[in-house]
Amino acid sequence: MRYNWFDRNLKWIYTLPAVLFVLLMMLFPIIYTVRISFYEWSMSATTPPKWVGLSNYLELLKDERFWHAVGSTFYFTIAALVFEVVLGIAIAVLLSRQFRGKNIVKTIFLLPMVATPVAMGLVWMLIYEPTIGVANLMLKSLGFEPLLWLASTSQVIPSLVIIDVWEWTPMIALIVMAGLATLPTDPYEAADVDGASRWTKFFSITLPLLRPTIIVAAMLRLIDVLKTFDIIYATTQGGPNFASETLNLYGYVLGFQYFKLGMASSLLVIFFAIVMALTLFMIWMRKRLEGAS
Amino acid sequence: MRQSKGINLLYSVLTFVVLVVFAFPFLWMLLASFKTQAQIMSTDQFFIFTPTTKNYTSVFKEYDFMKFIWNSLIVALGSTLFSLILGLPAAYAIARHHLHKLGLVILVARIIPGITFLIPWFILFSKINLVDTYTALILSHMLVGLPFIIWIMISFFEALPTEIEEAGLIDGCTHNQVFTRIILPISGPGVITSSLLSFIFSWNNFMFSIILAGDKTKTLPIAVFNFMSYSEINWGALMAAACIITLPVLIIALLAQRYIVSGLAAGAVKG
Repeated sequence: MRYNWFDRNLKWIYTLPAVLFVLLMMLFPIIYTVRISFYEWSMSATTPPKWVGLSNYLELLKDERFWHAVGSTFYFTIAALVFEVVLGIAIAVLLSRQFRGKNIVKTIFLLPMVATPVAMGLVWMLIYEPTIGVANLMLKSLGFEPLLWLASTSQVIPSLVIIDVWEWTPMIALIVMAGLATLPTDPYEAADVDGASRWTKFFSITLPLLRPTIIVAAMLRLIDVLKTFDIIYATTQGGPNFASETLNLYGYVLGFQYFKLGMASSLLVIFFAIVMALTLFMIWMRKRLEGAS
Repeated sequence: MRQSKGINLLYSVLTFVVLVVFAFPFLWMLLASFKTQAQIMSTDQFFIFTPTTKNYTSVFKEYDFMKFIWNSLIVALGSTLFSLILGLPAAYAIARHHLHKLGLVILVARIIPGITFLIPWFILFSKINLVDTYTALILSHMLVGLPFIIWIMISFFEALPTEIEEAGLIDGCTHNQVFTRIILPISGPGVITSSLLSFIFSWNNFMFSIILAGDKTKTLPIAVFNFMSYSEINWGALMAAACIITLPVLIIALLAQRYIVSGLAAGAVKG
């Protein structure tokens, strides 16, 4: 009897508090959200939730603002993801050489992703400000027409993409740099013998070897870009004229500004399904690519 | 040789450009925080101007900024501490007993949009009068911190050699003592990495706090955001506030760069 009951069941005792927390704080809310998505309720204490079946979902599917939010979400996500991955790989290659002051450069490069997003959103608002902002001053000094940036319905999403790219390219670069450090040297030596150029080496050795790393980095980023809230809400609140309203923001507005809790919940269920489906798709693609190579 | 010199120069120039682009918004924030509204409005005083500290004094005098800093600190420290208490034993058990299904459940927390939880929590916390309390904020911020701490610590514990524990068991420790007396004391680097990041996530959190915080518990991101709801934006004060909220995070990042990079990379590569 060296081990008492406590010690024998230690692995369950160790995990139980965390599991309980997750069940209580995550599983319960998810079930509740799904349930309330079939009801109509505005959080009033006098009128209880009213069962409406699928009508929240049907109303949402007929709602132009919802479809617009779907479009904005994908526009923002795809644009940000493409630029972040391409720039992230380029910067990782650039910074993986040895040079003086490398550590300082890496540290400064790290700052955008740890800095408070709301504060950074406000800084970018000042940069983008059409009359006093430095962005337009630069454009003017280069001989271009000034832009409206966040204040224009057509430029607002590209402007937000720039903020997101500034904030999160470092993460992709960081992961790719970690991947670069583990690459074997033999293929490069063989390529040197064959007299391959830098570009050939990059495209036919580095990129294929890095592919699993890049896919993981892109997957993590995809999950987070879809859910972007802070910088959008801090700078535009979905405006002008709902042009930058993504699903996340519309769900927030429906729930906490219009208090249509049922509709908001049904939107969140759909949003959750989209995020989940895309994540599973990325996992499936990663497995397929790994199986192929 | 000449070609490689040219390429090295090109690389240096590109590195410099990258550095300037990524550092610029911080520099701009810092400069603007020392400018008067008139200096910000005039476009010919970019880098050379007479600095003023008026923005900083007004942030602390006109608004109760110390209170917001205090609120943010309590919530960030509280959520990190409780996440460690729940997370460390769980991560250890998952790593040593290969409970990877449990680990997967925890990872799902990262995938689910945080806003999905907000409506039920808001209803629940309103019913039991927990809105605008530290408890509600700490509990909600733990939902980001706890999965992250568990995730990082699983890889950390898995990397520790099992011989250490075997030696402890032979010396007569119980499994519980092995964890508390042998494993925890040598887990410093992992605990530092995961706590720093959990602290930063909580410090920066906006979405949960904007709903669950009220006048008594307003955290810094919400306070800074509320600065804008006045008719004319006081850019200088806004930038001073932005500097104050970003400074602690930047100091942590500068001092503990190594830990943060390894944490973010570990969290990522394992995903």
